[in-house]
Amino acid sequence: MENDSRRQFLFRSATGLGGAWLNMQWPAILAAQNHAREAANSHTVLVFQFFSPEQAAEVEAAAAQIIPADDTPGAREARVIYFIDRALVTFDKDKQPAYLLGLRELQVKTLELFPLAKSFSGLTSPQQIEVLHAIEKTDFFELLRLHTIVGFFARPEYGGNHNQVGWKLIGLEDKMTYEPPFGYYDAEYNKRQ
Amino acid sequence: MKKFDTNTAVDFVVVGAGAAGGVVAKELSTAGLDVVVLEQGPYLLEGDVAHDELENWAFWNSPRIGRSMLANNHERQPNTFRKTNNETAVVKPTIQYGQCVGGGSVHFTANYWRFHEIDFVERSRWGSISGTGFDDWPITYAELEPYYTKAEWDLGISGLAGANPFEPPHSKPYPLPPLPVKSSGVLLERGAKKLGWHAYSAPMAILSQPYKGRAACGHCGYCECFGCEWGAKSSTLASVIPMAEDTGHCEIRSGAYVRQISVDRQGRVNGMVYFDGQRQEQMQRAKAVVVCANGAETPRLLLQSTSSQFPNGLANSNGLVGKFLILECGAGATGTFEHPLNEYKSVVVTRVVQDFYDADPKRGFYGGGGMDARFDDHPIAYAISYRPDLPRWGSDFKRAVKENYTRTLNVFAHLTSLPMETNTVSLDPEVKDAWGQPAVRITYRNHPDDLKNMAFFRERALELLQAAGAKKQWGWPVEEVTMSVHLMGTCRMGNDPETSVVNKYHRAHDVPNLFVVDGSSFVTSGRNQPTCTIQALAYRAADNMVQAAKTGEIPSSF
Repeated sequence: MENDSRRQFLFRSATGLGGAWLNMQWPAILAAQNHAREAANSHTVLVFQFFSPEQAAEVEAAAAQIIPADDTPGAREARVIYFIDRALVTFDKDKQPAYLLGLRELQVKTLELFPLAKSFSGLTSPQQIEVLHAIEKTDFFELLRLHTIVGFFARPEYGGNHNQVGWKLIGLEDKMTYEPPFGYYDAEYNKRQ
Repeated sequence: MKKFDTNTAVDFVVVGAGAAGGVVAKELSTAGLDVVVLEQGPYLLEGDVAHDELENWAFWNSPRIGRSMLANNHERQPNTFRKTNNETAVVKPTIQYGQCVGGGSVHFTANYWRFHEIDFVERSRWGSISGTGFDDWPITYAELEPYYTKAEWDLGISGLAGANPFEPPHSKPYPLPPLPVKSSGVLLERGAKKLGWHAYSAPMAILSQPYKGRAACGHCGYCECFGCEWGAKSSTLASVIPMAEDTGHCEIRSGAYVRQISVDRQGRVNGMVYFDGQRQEQMQRAKAVVVCANGAETPRLLLQSTSSQFPNGLANSNGLVGKFLILECGAGATGTFEHPLNEYKSVVVTRVVQDFYDADPKRGFYGGGGMDARFDDHPIAYAISYRPDLPRWGSDFKRAVKENYTRTLNVFAHLTSLPMETNTVSLDPEVKDAWGQPAVRITYRNHPDDLKNMAFFRERALELLQAAGAKKQWGWPVEEVTMSVHLMGTCRMGNDPETSVVNKYHRAHDVPNLFVVDGSSFVTSGRNQPTCTIQALAYRAADNMVQAAKTGEIPSSF
């Protein structure tokens, strides 16, 4: 998503537009939304704009411990790393230094606990968890946790939540509109009425 | 849309195109009066909002990761906060309000509770409470009732009159039937029934059926904190503002950030100085001014509007502008259930319980409230929050999010807050906003009864969850309020010019052609669901302004 142009669009003046939306009907709105979504998805390219491949591997390994894959996909499968990378060159540019510093902290802690390790991502899973526990009170971990969760659940257009794996995990069905019954208890209630 | 020249005095300048300002603009312009509405936020249309949690992030209850599109931005406009006058206030986000055409009515939950009769006469019924400004209103429920009805029918409210055994008289039913019940509503009703309480269909400012050329709710679930893509939420943006524009007598001027109300030598207001989108200073001339900028920005504007006649700010000869600030009091509990509720779909609230609305001396403190059931967290907000049922990361975290996202329910109590003279909006002496204007400084402490009431309602919320069959439930911490989306009381209305800022028709005691209509007019808090009453007051005040213009009591083009 091109943030600056979007912002200008949002903050445009009201000239000549007041009330025009009244005539917009649902099908038009739905079509517009779908078009925007397809356009955004078609620009998803798996290239890093901020991280080096080595840095990306470290961040991705840590994210994949915050939301691990088990019987369902985790942060790695959701392509959270692409969300983070894109965030760091767009709306979260000011977090770049925090990542560079955080990656150094991660390296230092990794070597402190496992002196023979080549990288955090090269550790076994239990070893990675041990390193993350050792840094879980740091600002960097907090930021990484935030970005991982956001990347896992934000709209796929932002680069993560690939194939909506985040939404599928929690039982969120992505539709533009819903009809009752919405959940178990109202379905049961309506049957009784 | 009609455009007005800044140098020609329009009949009215309205500050703020929100819940109150939108109504006032529509009422004045349909009467044939020329109105310019100055709104500091953007003019967003339905196509500008999307099903996008990251982009629409409007609240800061979790770390703010997105940009606040519909509300005030604390980076541009910080506020400072302190508990008492003895402290130096520090920058801390405390106030949140809608900042776009439509104001808070664009992103609000759309709970649309009328006040009860008791809310206007509670001081007489309960007695005085020392150390507070607890008082009766200068108007009664009966005087406001026709305007509640007018608001419901003009804006489009869904509900079932008579369903709540505690509700005050309604002269007309709601124009639209209630929205379909959700699992949250069913569970609240189940719990209430078991406890001998009464759950009823929530009155909501959301269309259950097409109304006045607007589409009905599509139950998309992007509702509270979001703008409505169909115009089904009855914000002033979707309902009355287009009507105002269609009259040819109303210009909504967005991106206009007011700085000062201008006065002439006779001490009457004659225009509004504001910054336009390029931060250039402009002055819109006007014959009268209506300030509808909310309970924090309204007193700030009056306090900033100093002149030789009004050295302490406008309408402030008694020093009460900004005092008796009321912030929202809430309490509640969260529970998890066996089956999916899927609360992410449809509107936020479908059932309400008001069995404890009135204060009861037997409880040993003053306070009352109403409760609704909801789960209004979208996935990101839910997963990043710290909750007793969520580990912070790893496979246990993932399992808990997976299990509980669709099975979680909050019972949320909306409560009284006592007005205290020591709770204030003032101008910060140091901190400035991005335009170089003094920041809002909030000084606030709750009365001890507010906290006792919160603890009382937390217990009721837990009882409700238990009775509804929750697997697990836990109460929310009871804490003093340090942030609020409902801002009230700072230009209170009253008959006595010594003890109030505006009269019962919202006219400033000190300035005959200045009106103030928004949450700042409130004398007491009600039960912290102010929008319905703000709008009823706005209809009533506008009615009076039109009469005053017709009789020539205030100058106008009539």
